[in-house]
Amino acid sequence: MSESVQTAGAKAAGVPDTSGTRAVTVVDRVFRNPVLGPLAALVLACVVFSLLTDNFFSVNNFSLILQQSVVVGTLALGQTIIILTGGIDLANGAIMVLGTLVIAKIAADSLNLQLPALFVGLLVCAALGAVSGLIVSRLGLPPFIVTLGLLTILQAASRLYTKETVVVEPGPLTFLSSGTYLFGYFRITLGVVVVLLSVAVLHYALTRTAWGRHVYAVGNNELAAKRTGINTKRVLMSVYVLAGVLYALAALQAFGRSPATSPNAFPTANLDTITAVVIGGTSLFGGRGTVLGSYLGALIVLVLQSGLTQAGIDPLYQNIVTGILVIAAVALDTVTRKKAR
Amino acid sequence: MNDIVLEARGIVKRYGHVTAVAGADFDLRAGEILAVIGDNGAGKSSLIKVLSGDVVPDAGEVLLDGKPVHFKSPHDAQLAGIETVYQDLAMAPALDIATNLFLGREIRRKGPLGSVLRMLDVKEMRAQSRQQMDALGITTLQSITQPVDSLSGGQRQTVAVARAAAFGRRVVIMDEPTAALGVRESKGVLDLIRRIRDTGIPVVLISHDMPAVFEVADRIHIHRLGRRACVVRPGDHEMNEVVGIMTGALPPPAAAEAS
Repeated sequence: MSESVQTAGAKAAGVPDTSGTRAVTVVDRVFRNPVLGPLAALVLACVVFSLLTDNFFSVNNFSLILQQSVVVGTLALGQTIIILTGGIDLANGAIMVLGTLVIAKIAADSLNLQLPALFVGLLVCAALGAVSGLIVSRLGLPPFIVTLGLLTILQAASRLYTKETVVVEPGPLTFLSSGTYLFGYFRITLGVVVVLLSVAVLHYALTRTAWGRHVYAVGNNELAAKRTGINTKRVLMSVYVLAGVLYALAALQAFGRSPATSPNAFPTANLDTITAVVIGGTSLFGGRGTVLGSYLGALIVLVLQSGLTQAGIDPLYQNIVTGILVIAAVALDTVTRKKAR
Repeated sequence: MNDIVLEARGIVKRYGHVTAVAGADFDLRAGEILAVIGDNGAGKSSLIKVLSGDVVPDAGEVLLDGKPVHFKSPHDAQLAGIETVYQDLAMAPALDIATNLFLGREIRRKGPLGSVLRMLDVKEMRAQSRQQMDALGITTLQSITQPVDSLSGGQRQTVAVARAAAFGRRVVIMDEPTAALGVRESKGVLDLIRRIRDTGIPVVLISHDMPAVFEVADRIHIHRLGRRACVVRPGDHEMNEVVGIMTGALPPPAAAEAS
């Protein structure tokens, strides 16, 4: 900070200028606490389904929903940080699936190979993230196109690599499936603990470190970020590589859910992550949003599916409801952005 | 009073076949507000971009305190103590004022919280932001935790100027700071520019706003056809004379250097 001359006159002359400041409205409060919206939606959905159906409100059902959230929840974290920079990742499901295939094939022969296989899978996913990151940050190509190309390539590559279903033996790769009963009857798996920890760690990194602020700044206004001295290329690169690492973690979570994998696994994972991120209140335009919201978004979709199933409604209606929710969330974001201008 | 802080000699910058800057000189003295004016296309923005590290010149040299410097990026210029306020403000609208002030220069907590967990010292940054606003006599901002997109144009400009003043140890460069502002807001920003000068940091003011230039500038650098036509003092010339020199209607005064 520079030493400055404080003149008494300057202070006395300054009249508070409130002409440009809007009054704080309810919309602003929701906007300032971006997790509030998705949290309210989640609670509301839970209350409604608990009242409408007999079986929704049960310890077993809540435990199941949490367990179902681990794969898409983890993928959605990577999707969130990429969308925060103003990008989008269409290939995250494909990266994870290739990761599971690489891991499963290497570990096929021996239990001892499971940990090395996991390490190779981690490298593959991180490297694929790095490829997207390099093309986006160095060549400046739109992330939509880059990851669409990568998706197409990886879908073919996975099938060239193996066409069959590969199963891993119970061992280090499946340890996330192990669990314990809380309070005697609420089953909680290690996978659930790990996904909650992942959310917490990433939330900390985004809100309490300089790196996190730079991620938001790049998504807000890349040129401005560059001009304040932020190395925007390095920030973008770090985001895509970290997303790749999270996709590898999602691959491990996938083995915690099921030991079998195939090139056809998780066909909707990618769109599910975008749905979760959008419902979670993150702006597709970048610069606004939270990972906590994205995880809540993933839970909201699962609660809707569970609740509508319990209510005996055709599963196809679940997709219709989810679709409406996505459009409503984006509409809300657009309205808030317009208000903020 | 005559020590030159920032100097440029024979700067050339070409874009393809277009020569934007054709051997331009520039000097900024300690404790002054130097206005840089010129018609559109005269090459003043390119010259300023060279000084702020945004553009690397094809020829010529830049000297800071008499020593040659070679800026490859705005970051290099910032490290040397030269801060620039851009016309399209360099801010992240969704982040709050204090965060924007310290963007790219965040302060971490002391001890392992900062070094291991990389935790930011939000409290300290907010305190310093408030201190900076007080030091500059800025009273138009209600709260340092307001997001920038809730501010008016003048308030945003104020934040950008405060940031430049906080970190510009040697020079503050401002590109058209009053262009988008109303009369009252312009006056506030001009006062702010004076206060920065009074703290001992010289200011380069690029502006089309002639009344503003004549109000605050100590000297006026008139740029024409890619180079410096002359430097005048506002007291020695009428506004229409200066505009005449700028557009080529009048020849530059014989004793070109205002001393």
